[in-house]
Formats: sequence, C-alpha cells, structure tokens
Amino acid sequence: MAILSFTELLEKCSRDNKTIYEIAQDEEAFLSGDSVDVIRLRVMEDLLAMKDAVKNGLSSKEKSISGWCGDDCVKLTAKFSEKPALFGKVFEKITTYALATAEENLRMGRIVACPTAGSCGIVPSVIIAVSEERKISESEQISGLLTAGLIGLIISNKVQLAGAVAGCQAECGVASAMASGALVQMLGGTCNEIINAAALSLKNILGLTCDPVCGLVEVPCIKRNAFLAIHAVTGAELALCGVESKIPIDEIVDTLKITGQLMSPLLKETSLGGLAKTKTALELEKKLHLAHKPI
Amino acid sequence: MEQKSLFAVISPIMVGPSSSHTAGAVRLGLMARNIYKNEFKKVKFVLYNSFATTGFGHGTDKGLLAGVLGYHVDDPAIKNIFDNVNIVNYSYEYQEDISRHPNSVDITFDDKMTISGDSVGAGEIRINSINGFSVNIDGTYDTLLLMYKDRPGMISAVSDIIQRQKVNIASLHCDRSSKGGTASMYLALDIPVGDEVVDKVRQTKDVFFVTNIRKLK
Repeated sequence: MAILSFTELLEKCSRDNKTIYEIAQDEEAFLSGDSVDVIRLRVMEDLLAMKDAVKNGLSSKEKSISGWCGDDCVKLTAKFSEKPALFGKVFEKITTYALATAEENLRMGRIVACPTAGSCGIVPSVIIAVSEERKISESEQISGLLTAGLIGLIISNKVQLAGAVAGCQAECGVASAMASGALVQMLGGTCNEIINAAALSLKNILGLTCDPVCGLVEVPCIKRNAFLAIHAVTGAELALCGVESKIPIDEIVDTLKITGQLMSPLLKETSLGGLAKTKTALELEKKLHLAHKPI
Repeated sequence: MEQKSLFAVISPIMVGPSSSHTAGAVRLGLMARNIYKNEFKKVKFVLYNSFATTGFGHGTDKGLLAGVLGYHVDDPAIKNIFDNVNIVNYSYEYQEDISRHPNSVDITFDDKMTISGDSVGAGEIRINSINGFSVNIDGTYDTLLLMYKDRPGMISAVSDIIQRQKVNIASLHCDRSSKGGTASMYLALDIPVGDEVVDKVRQTKDVFFVTNIRKLK
C-alpha cells in the first residue's frame, strides 16, 4: 500500500481523518510489523542522535581534512551572544545548529542522514531550534520528524536522493521541503498547509547543482545547510499564511527528476564542473596535495 | 513496487561525511562480507565514476574497508581505520565506466569472489552481481543464494526445503550462463533460515555453492 503521490496522501488524510504523521507511523508499523509505539521510539533515537550531533558540533573547532572548514558555528555563537541577529533568536539557533551539524559531519563525526549526510543539518536545526524557542514537546518533535520522513519518502519513490543522480536539489532541496513540512506540523498547521510548505520550498530550489570543491563535502555544502534551513522556514511561514503553490507538489517532484536528468554529469557530484572548477577551487586543489588523483 | 521504509529517509545514524559515499560504502562492504562469509587475507576494491573521482574526499575508501571488516555505519573508528588494519592486505583501483552506476564498486576477496554493487542514494545499496551472475540484493531481506548446474526441478526442490520450515519466500530470481550451464538463484525470505536449511540445500544434487546472507541492520 505504498503511498506513491502527495495527491494520494492528501486524499488519505481527508478520507481517514488523519494527520500526515499518523499515516506515516501507521504505514511504517504495517510495513515493519512493529507497533506505532516502537516506530515512535525509533524516531526518538534519531532525534536524540540529532541533538547529540548539534551538541558535539557546537563544542568543537576541529578542522576538516582540508583545513578549510570546521569553525564557522563557533563564530556565529560568539557574535550572536554579543549582538543579536536581525531576525531574532530562532534565526540564530537555526543557522548555528545547521552549521554545527554539518561541521560535525565533515569531521567524520556521528550524524543522522536526513535524507542524506550532506544535507544532515537542515531538518534537525529547524526542529530543534523552533522546539527550544517555542517550548514544543518531544512527542510533537517526533511527529514533526515523522512528517518530514513521509514527505522525503514519497519524493524518494520517484527520484533517488543523491547528488550524483539529480544534483543538490535532491539532497539539500528535499531536506528543505521535509523541514518545511515538519515545521508546519509542529506549529499546528493542516495537512494541506504542510504539503504546500513542502511544495513552496521544493519549487524554489529546483535546479540546484552538486559541485563540491575537490570532491569534499565542505564547499559549498556546509553553509548551504544553514541557507536551506532558513529557506524551509520561509516555505512554512508562507504556507501558514495561506499562500499556495500554483504548481502541485507532484508535478514539482516530476520536474525535479527531469531537471536532474537534464543536468550535466559535470554538475552531479563529480567535481568536474561548477564551483569545483573555479580558479580558486583549482588553486585550493593544488595546495591540498591530495593523496591520490585516481582518474 | 516494493514499499520503502520511512527510515530510509530519516536514517541512518552514521559517521559522515556522505550518505551515498561513506555510509553506502560501509554498507556495500558489510553486504559483501555477509556474502563471502569467509576469513580473508586480501581484498581489492575497484571504484567507478563518482566513487572514483570524489571517493577520497568522502571517505569512500575508508568506508568500504571498514565494511568488509564488519564495522557499522555509526562506528567512530571508521575515521582512523587505516591506522588500525594490519592483518588484511587491501588495495584500490579507480576506473571510469559510463555503463555503470555513478557510485559503483567491485569488491574481490582473495582473488576468489567478486561482488559488485551500487550506492543508490541516502545510504541505500544494491548488490547487482556475484562472480558475474546478476542478482538484486538490497540488504533489506534475509536472502538465500545458491549456484548450481542448470537443470529442471531445481526451483521446486529448493522452495520445498524452505517451505517445510514454514518460511515465506518474498521473492525468487534465477539467472544462468547457458542452458545446462552454471545457474544462480536467490530467494528473499521473510525470516532467516537456519544452518540446517543451508545444509539441506547444499546436499541437493548439482548445487555447488550456497550461502545464507543476513539482512543489514
């Protein structure tokens, strides 16, 4: 009984009078043979691992293999404690947590792929930061993460969530759509608003390429997590105001897939084009003296 | 279409930096280990396409090696795996082949068995050939794999042994080199079968290889 489209999901929500997270946990319980409580416990384990990754990231300044990255979230913490951000505390926490998680990832630290490791800072930073600021319970955070999970799952049934297959739109782009949906769920939005938030976020990130400098998950990946976490908030806020995506989400997902097919292989995680071939990137590559040059 | 788990999207808990290039690599290694099963002295990895061009920066080399040694995707030891391995002789080759998946690898144990697989995104994997025979194993099912001399009645003989244990077969696939030549069969099972089943299948006439592949955690 896999749910293959968002149209189908929304029909199911209204027919069964259920929210998206309820359908997510019911489907997963049916598939695995476990109870809904067991499913929610597993989601809680993910949530706790996400919180650990933020905590570890916030307290570390260890640089990456390249030496380029690893201390940006510390800069944010220092600055915001003296001079608050223009957009306030939620913005401060989301950007800081997103960087903390992404930096933990580049150190080969322990993170939760959500949906992928390169995009691991987006969903957690939104869920954790907003929960802290709005006093949202752990149970509601689990429901938010389940909502995010089902959104990602339906997209992944149509397109593989890998930069090598469809560019960064399929990683950070999809993560942003998932985070938008989670946020609307936690703020008490309707099923339609949740799907609309995901649609708005996904639509406005179509075409994003995957062109990591020297093949490392660092430039532009780390900072992109902070940008797309905020992008997710924009999608959620607009949807909660009743703004609707003119293009339905299922058609946006199809477009993402086709755009991925049209995208040159040079821009899909091969580091043979885009930012990876800029003058500065090539200089950085030389300086790195990478251990080997395979092909 | 087979329904995927939600946890394919909001998991795994893993060491970074890449789900396809690090966690996927570890899981390909683990799956290859589950298939080969024997202790080994030597392992060779041939990395293709994006695995070859960006694998170093994503720890793909470390991940593959950690996987065949039995480490799991969230083990912090993966980061320094090269410092801790001195018994096994390991080597890497890098190739371009556009007919292969962007994230693809061949893993050869002791020059005896070559297992090919792809990392298909978000840490998910697919083993697609074992010693040249096509399979499609994604690690979500306990699987019984056998190789035998192609002949009529083999499918019913094997399914009969499994059915006697009251184990449900989720899917069954066969491939063969030629009529009457070498053939392979793999069966995805709802619950794992015990060693006694493996032994019975092994004793079946014309079967020359059988292995019980556990699903990935």
